[in-house]
Amino acid sequence: MGLTITEKILANHCQERIAKPGDLIFAKIDLVLSVDVGTGPVIEIFEKMGASKVFDPEKIVFVNDHFVPAKDIASAELSRAMRLFARQQKLTHFFEVGASGLCHLLLMEQGLVLPGQVLVGGDSHTCTSGAVGAFAAGVGNSDLAASMALGENWFRVPETIRVVFKGKLPEYLCGKDLILLVLREIGIEGARYKTLEFAGEVIEALPMSDRVTICNMAAETGAKNAIIEPDQVTCNFLKRQGVHTDGMDIPISDSDAIYSAVLEICVNDVEPLVAAPYLPSNVKTVSEVRDIHVDQVFIGSCTNGSLEDFRRAARILKGRRVHEAVRLIVIPGTPKILSHMMAEGIAQILVDAGAAIGPCTCGPCSGGHMGVLAADEVALATTNRNFVGRMGHTRSQVYLASPTVAAATAVLGRIADPREVA
Amino acid sequence: MIRGYVIKYGDNVDTDVILPGRYLTCLDPEHLASHCMEDLDPRFLSKKGPGDIIVAGNNFGCGSSREFAAVAIKAAGISCIIARSFARIFYRNAINVGLMILECPGAAESLKEGDEIEVDPDQGLIHNVRGRESYEAAPFPVLVRRIIDDGGLVDFVKRRLKEKGWASP
Repeated sequence: MGLTITEKILANHCQERIAKPGDLIFAKIDLVLSVDVGTGPVIEIFEKMGASKVFDPEKIVFVNDHFVPAKDIASAELSRAMRLFARQQKLTHFFEVGASGLCHLLLMEQGLVLPGQVLVGGDSHTCTSGAVGAFAAGVGNSDLAASMALGENWFRVPETIRVVFKGKLPEYLCGKDLILLVLREIGIEGARYKTLEFAGEVIEALPMSDRVTICNMAAETGAKNAIIEPDQVTCNFLKRQGVHTDGMDIPISDSDAIYSAVLEICVNDVEPLVAAPYLPSNVKTVSEVRDIHVDQVFIGSCTNGSLEDFRRAARILKGRRVHEAVRLIVIPGTPKILSHMMAEGIAQILVDAGAAIGPCTCGPCSGGHMGVLAADEVALATTNRNFVGRMGHTRSQVYLASPTVAAATAVLGRIADPREVA
Repeated sequence: MIRGYVIKYGDNVDTDVILPGRYLTCLDPEHLASHCMEDLDPRFLSKKGPGDIIVAGNNFGCGSSREFAAVAIKAAGISCIIARSFARIFYRNAINVGLMILECPGAAESLKEGDEIEVDPDQGLIHNVRGRESYEAAPFPVLVRRIIDDGGLVDFVKRRLKEKGWASP
């Protein structure tokens, strides 16, 4: 009987060497991710457990991203607690403001997360790293503390839903539209406890940045992890990050692997999509909501903060101005992405169009800072959640869409199809 | 073996009604327990007896990831939750705080408020004492039993660290 890539990775990390769906296993952890907002409470639990040292100072990654640069005194204290602990434990991978970026994008860019690894993180979008073929799951504070202390944790082996995208993606559509299609299909608890494995000719043709977007928003289906089998695109991506995959044991799913469901989606006739308030699964075509005027457009976040995302936005914004009633906020995912944006002239195009470019932070995505919404304001954002009050006031509204839809919307001042300004 | 009376709830009991967000600044389990189920069933505190068992439908514990929801139920003296299914993070949190949970659609469907039941977590057996029906859940895996028997993840890790000789002096 064949195995899925997720089952193989978990089997490789437990003593029993077997991991069937429903099994509870104790698995070795290769990497633990923690961020500024959660690390303080995690350290308290870590100490309550009687731990004095992390299991391996090279395998813990601390990232300043949620409320940085510190937005107030409380967030400054949280960053400080994380900083002091990192120094005391001599952690190799502590990312300070200036070197830091959005944790999931940073992990991949730094070549810290690799195919076949097991990663846990104190952020619900930790599943993003499945884009390089790792088992990556978000966990709570106690789990994070236990993982830091022991280098292992317990897992229930998930069943897998395989999503196969067929056909050819129309121009101006990207990873965001694909994951919104999945959300429309299966809803916000459609993959609860489960793995979402993405495959098919459409995925094979996608660059890493789109794979990141798709795996990232798998969190919105209730999935435990998302994963894409590593291929040449993955290896080329890793090579660019200085990681050589020759001789690496790279797992893929067996052709006779058992899936709890297989979902086939044809993408030939898909139109640009948006998720309307107040659920990421409330998916509509752009044409259904093109009368909606917006006050703010945000391009960034761990969902769409990659270089390719800003390239796409710049192609639409080049030589154009942001609508006078709209604020366009752009936040690059990492300092390296910002650096490329400057070298390629993208930053100039965006500034000339009227965008405000901010430092690398989660910023307004979770209503933290740098673009929080007032009552009755409407935003279109390339982010991942649009719950009540997600980006600010409980009477504000958020529409989720791709960077191309976002750029077109910024120009026209209402939700727009990129083809309207092409 | 666990023995207690059934307190029955429906589908999608979310963590906001299990423990309303307004009490999240409090860290004392006894205090958390005194607000348990407040927004769903104001009679919960008066009707529950020691060791009683919550039986519920789909997706128990959905919503926010607050670990305190599981802490409150445990501190309220509930010995076990049987549901058709649990939300993913609540499932982990319950085990991590040492609260026994079982997924058993058959029992979730048939058991009624006030039924006296016996639960054998090792065998995954649920027995209705007066009705005499039995239901089978997937037996509780040894690993999870060890965490729950240790009183939750903090004490479990404490013991593991000692075994490894990694505990702080």
